[in-house]
Amino acid sequence: MTESIIHLQDVHFRWPEQDNDLLHIPELVVNKGEHLFIKGPSGSGKTTLLNLLTGINVPDSGSIMVLGTPLERLSSSRRDQFRADHLGVIFQQFNLLPYLSLLENVHLPCGFSRRKRANAGDILETALRLLAHLGIPEPLLNKPIAKLSVGQQQRTAVARALIGSPEIVIADEPTSALDSDNRERFLELLFRETAEQGSTLIFVSHDQHIANQFEHVIDLPQINLARNGEI
Amino acid sequence: MILVKIVLKSAWYRRTNLFLTILAIAISVSLLLGVDKIRKEAKNSFINTISQTDLIVGARSGPTNLLLYSVFRIGNATNNVSWESYEEITAFDEVAWSIPISLGDSHRGYRVMGTNRDYFDYYQYGQSRHLSFAAGEPFADVYDAVLGADVARALDYQLGDEIIIAHGLVSTEFGQHDDKPFVVTGILDKTGTPVDRTVHVSLEGIEAIHIDWQSGTRSPLQLTADQARQMDLQPKTITAFMVGLDSRLNTFLLQRKITEYDEEPLLAIIPGATLAELWQTISVFEQMLLVISGFVLVAGLLGMLTALLSTLNERRREMAVLRAVGAHPYHIILLYMLETFFIVLAGCLVGATVLYLLLFLSQPLLEQSYGIYIAVTLPDGQQWSLIATVLLLGIAVSLIPGVIAYRRSLQDGLAIKI
Repeated sequence: MTESIIHLQDVHFRWPEQDNDLLHIPELVVNKGEHLFIKGPSGSGKTTLLNLLTGINVPDSGSIMVLGTPLERLSSSRRDQFRADHLGVIFQQFNLLPYLSLLENVHLPCGFSRRKRANAGDILETALRLLAHLGIPEPLLNKPIAKLSVGQQQRTAVARALIGSPEIVIADEPTSALDSDNRERFLELLFRETAEQGSTLIFVSHDQHIANQFEHVIDLPQINLARNGEI
Repeated sequence: MILVKIVLKSAWYRRTNLFLTILAIAISVSLLLGVDKIRKEAKNSFINTISQTDLIVGARSGPTNLLLYSVFRIGNATNNVSWESYEEITAFDEVAWSIPISLGDSHRGYRVMGTNRDYFDYYQYGQSRHLSFAAGEPFADVYDAVLGADVARALDYQLGDEIIIAHGLVSTEFGQHDDKPFVVTGILDKTGTPVDRTVHVSLEGIEAIHIDWQSGTRSPLQLTADQARQMDLQPKTITAFMVGLDSRLNTFLLQRKITEYDEEPLLAIIPGATLAELWQTISVFEQMLLVISGFVLVAGLLGMLTALLSTLNERRREMAVLRAVGAHPYHIILLYMLETFFIVLAGCLVGATVLYLLLFLSQPLLEQSYGIYIAVTLPDGQQWSLIATVLLLGIAVSLIPGVIAYRRSLQDGLAIKI
């Protein structure tokens, strides 16, 4: 029983001043609950794909169905709200706002989405539970972000991406700043927590080594027919 | 709501830089409000150099000239007013009181003004304030003198001191009325008006010292002070007189009546109106001051703009994170607008507080040594609109970094550029 949660069809994208497509994907399907690894060296259109999936940009042609919603037909502010409501994003590093405490950083998405706020229930309790699951020791909770290790920061970013149970978690090279021990532990936590929430995970990286831990792997250069994807 | 929290926390995180920006704005705001306050108070104090006097009557010349010599003791009358005219006009039904003044002599650089005791009863300045005595009392004898506060202080005169009045405005060895010294019987309180720099004597005193003079020189026939006292000291002419009316409504009526007076060519001016006219001519200076403080404000806002622009790059990550959690691009503009609003608001608050503190502290000092009374009042409508303008300008300025950040965040999307 597979339910498609993301469905890209014949997507073309280029910046207005460009002559050639940056991205041309005839088809891409992601199923519910899947842990998908999108592999691609820099320049293969990773960032562009992420911006399209998160509704930051819209394709010049083609369709991007996310959770049954054609993103390209939404207004930009509706797309922003859609992202706020249904997506969690983890960056490579510097995920956290340095002027907010660790807990406030985790709460942040609930400030922009009524849906996540409703899903989270008691926001403080949910945040504490997530952080406990992710192995953030309690004394750190009110420490300034600068006092955290990179590993701790990335785990906090996972908690922020997961709060309010978004359907999709998008991670953009979240392990690249971590050493190998931390990387293993981080992936393990990420898999466990997304599975627990029933979230679909889309993990984008150029790192071959971790690709084998995913059930599904897509090689971006193979599905992206536009070959000039310079960034 | 979340934005306000983010703005405040983010601003607090960068507080050292922002503190300096706020300080720059505070200084320009307090300067702007201060200059505005002082120019209004200066105008106020100028316009109120004389109050409750409805008309000033003198020989026909220019209104400004009449005002200058009768109130400010600057320049000279071209002609005198006859005593008969003075008495006749004072007897008009509309007239409540009048103060005759006779100018022309001086004492060590200070003008001597002859008048009568009505002066101490009716003359008012500022917000309808009467003259009051720091020491002594009004003149009673022919050779009594009452000093303005500055005269007494500058020349270190006490009650009972004798002073010699010089003939004319330039003191020469031969032009002294040294045969008829005056005795200081009173010293007035500081008023902050030309009264402070005036020596007041009775009209009879003026008459007495001139009784043995003709055409500006001493006549061969000399009279002693006591001999003069026995003579008829009723003056034949005075320089001008001030008039108070029973009803202000009659001001214009009486003014016309005096201007059309048959016996003698006279001029009657409404002091408030002529003062306002005179102020117009010197108001270029205050406008300049206001323009300069406007430029200081612009400099302050430009400083803020520089500070905001310099953080644009380092805040790029922050914007990407906010976009990722669902912020709209217009949230980014709003973020800058709110931040600027808070900075400028804090600047206005600090600036106004500093200004009011300064005014409050310097108020007694200013009144004591310069006779300038500065009312510490809440900002008036114009000042509120100044503050509002500063806030609006600040927000307008914030659109520059706001729009840059907005366009960048559209371009960057979720790509974190460091």
